[in-house]
Amino acid sequence: MDLNLGLNLALPELIIAVGALVILVFGAFRGDKGMTSVSALCGVVLIAAAYFAAFVGHGTAFSGSFVIDGVAAFAKVFIYIAGVFVIVLGQGYFDRVGNRRFEFPILILLATLGMSMMVSAGDLIALYIGIELQSLALYVLAAFRRDDPKGSEAGLKYFVLGALSSGLLLYGASLVYGFTGSMNFNDIAVAAAANQQTGLIFGLVFLICGLAFKISAAPFHMWTPDVYEGAPTPVVAFAAGAPKFAALVLIARVLMGGFEDSIEQWRQVILAISVMSFIVGGLGGLMQKNIKRLMAYSSIANMGYALLAIAAGTEYGVQALLLFSVLYMVDTLGMFAVQMSLSRKGQPVENVSDLTGMSKISMPTTIVITILMLSLLGMPPLGGFWGKYYIFGSALAVEGLWPFAALGLAASVLSAFYYLRILKVMWFDAPTDELDKAPAEAKWIAYGAAAFAFPIAMLALHWLDPLAQMAASSFGLK
Amino acid sequence: MTLMAIAFYIMALITVAAGFLVITAKNPVHSVLFLILAFFSAAGLFVLLGAEFLAMLLVVVYVGAVAVLFLFVVMMLDVDFSKLRQGFANYLPIGGVVALLLMTELIMISFAVADRGAAAGNEPQAFTADATNIETIGRVLYTDYVYLFQAAGFVLLVAMIGAIVLTLKHRTNVKRQDISKQVGRQRKNAVAIVKVKTGEGIKE
Repeated sequence: MDLNLGLNLALPELIIAVGALVILVFGAFRGDKGMTSVSALCGVVLIAAAYFAAFVGHGTAFSGSFVIDGVAAFAKVFIYIAGVFVIVLGQGYFDRVGNRRFEFPILILLATLGMSMMVSAGDLIALYIGIELQSLALYVLAAFRRDDPKGSEAGLKYFVLGALSSGLLLYGASLVYGFTGSMNFNDIAVAAAANQQTGLIFGLVFLICGLAFKISAAPFHMWTPDVYEGAPTPVVAFAAGAPKFAALVLIARVLMGGFEDSIEQWRQVILAISVMSFIVGGLGGLMQKNIKRLMAYSSIANMGYALLAIAAGTEYGVQALLLFSVLYMVDTLGMFAVQMSLSRKGQPVENVSDLTGMSKISMPTTIVITILMLSLLGMPPLGGFWGKYYIFGSALAVEGLWPFAALGLAASVLSAFYYLRILKVMWFDAPTDELDKAPAEAKWIAYGAAAFAFPIAMLALHWLDPLAQMAASSFGLK
Repeated sequence: MTLMAIAFYIMALITVAAGFLVITAKNPVHSVLFLILAFFSAAGLFVLLGAEFLAMLLVVVYVGAVAVLFLFVVMMLDVDFSKLRQGFANYLPIGGVVALLLMTELIMISFAVADRGAAAGNEPQAFTADATNIETIGRVLYTDYVYLFQAAGFVLLVAMIGAIVLTLKHRTNVKRQDISKQVGRQRKNAVAIVKVKTGEGIKE
């Protein structure tokens, strides 16, 4: 009967897992001709999973390795929805580049399965297997265009550095297990509260380093620009949002669930990584000419802000993390959708200099990019501003964190230069050649993201804010 | 007890000797064969320790899969091993220092274990008295750990899909035998009877 309860709680994961297997067989019989129907089926599976994830009961299952609480449910719903949009983007993209492969949507499905394992991980093995499932699918997706040398390079770099980070993570996990005698986060918390050993903190630091790789926080960010530049754009649109959301939730769960009483120890580590991230992200982006590389540095900086909310270690911090991640995911999805929709004579627009005089060529695109850039920059009253508002609010509420919040604000002013440079190039420089006609699905997703960033986010927050608060309260923190 | 000791010394000696021969054998195929011998005798050591499941895993995974894969790689790739051995004398000093350090560590650990016993000084013991290791693992694998076991299966599935996606190429212009096509071939599609007039030949 225990198993039945577990299967009920894991209903969204079961839908995705069984769906992926069935669709894989279907795809294998239909071949690459059937990519459209495979994509459609995968989208339906994800929507169904998102629906059940929102309404499934809370509890723990499978001897504590699977936890469903408010935070897990909240994260899952948004990760599944992001997956649907990425499948739509990918379908159009691979159609246009003439590389139709039915495995693409299935790998996205399996990656979301890994992510939902990550956000509901209740012990160290589930954490590791979730991360591996997610990253392995993403390594393959990054190298999906195997004839493209940059794509293969991106895939290989992602794979090798990801394997290294898994090694760090496993080493940390083995130390934690050795010093506490348990894999389960709750038991670890009990053991850690009873006896604060140096070896345990040592293991925790390795664990944090391995996880920081996955969210591309400095100093573990070196793979990010190359992978963003080389991997196919829909894959980047996915990798920039959903896996990072899942990894952030996972970090919050490990630190606040398993090491609640060691907060003084891990807060220093998280703060150091956070400050380094937004400084590296702010400075690194200044010299970038390629839009995707620039977005990579922007994501490094934004992960720094997200870690600030984790360093706060409060319920409000978790709430801020959830809201920030959702708003950031929408912005990046929109930005990469815009980038996909722009091409000139069949060549994708990749450099900032290709955007010159965009306001005279295509007004709607210019407005969309402007809104998304200002939102990423954190200009009030756009979506990104509210994310940062919550983050800095949560950091300021904790005694002694204000210098780090101030540093974060300074770094965000620094990074404003590169966002504003794009706006200047688009609005005030002389126009170049005409653009090709934008593909419909990328254009509309970009419009939708921009509309969300500007007026809708303010209205949606009235509804998202209490939801995130309710979710965050399930951690049982102060 | 003496029988156990004799078995231990024989297998330990074979393991060390085989390990030494792996790196000194001239022929790379012989190296791989000695590696397999080393795996087998290490498996024997595991059996002596009472870890029969690990012994089986070692034989199945390392000998059955990994070593055979090595053998394939060594035989398929044209690697010039005499070239790889060049510069042996140059790297000898640094290699010797590392080897010496490792040796010292091993000796120190051996003395520490002999002095205080392994890990926390506990003898390894069976989880339940009435069941072997394999039975115990089998009992929890599909009950307590069913979630993780199935999830690990999905990781392997992703690896399989990935390998196919990244390497499978459907080559066009390859002539394959298609029996149904051969059998279904009609006379009128294959042969045309043309009346050729003298001195004109056939057009086309």
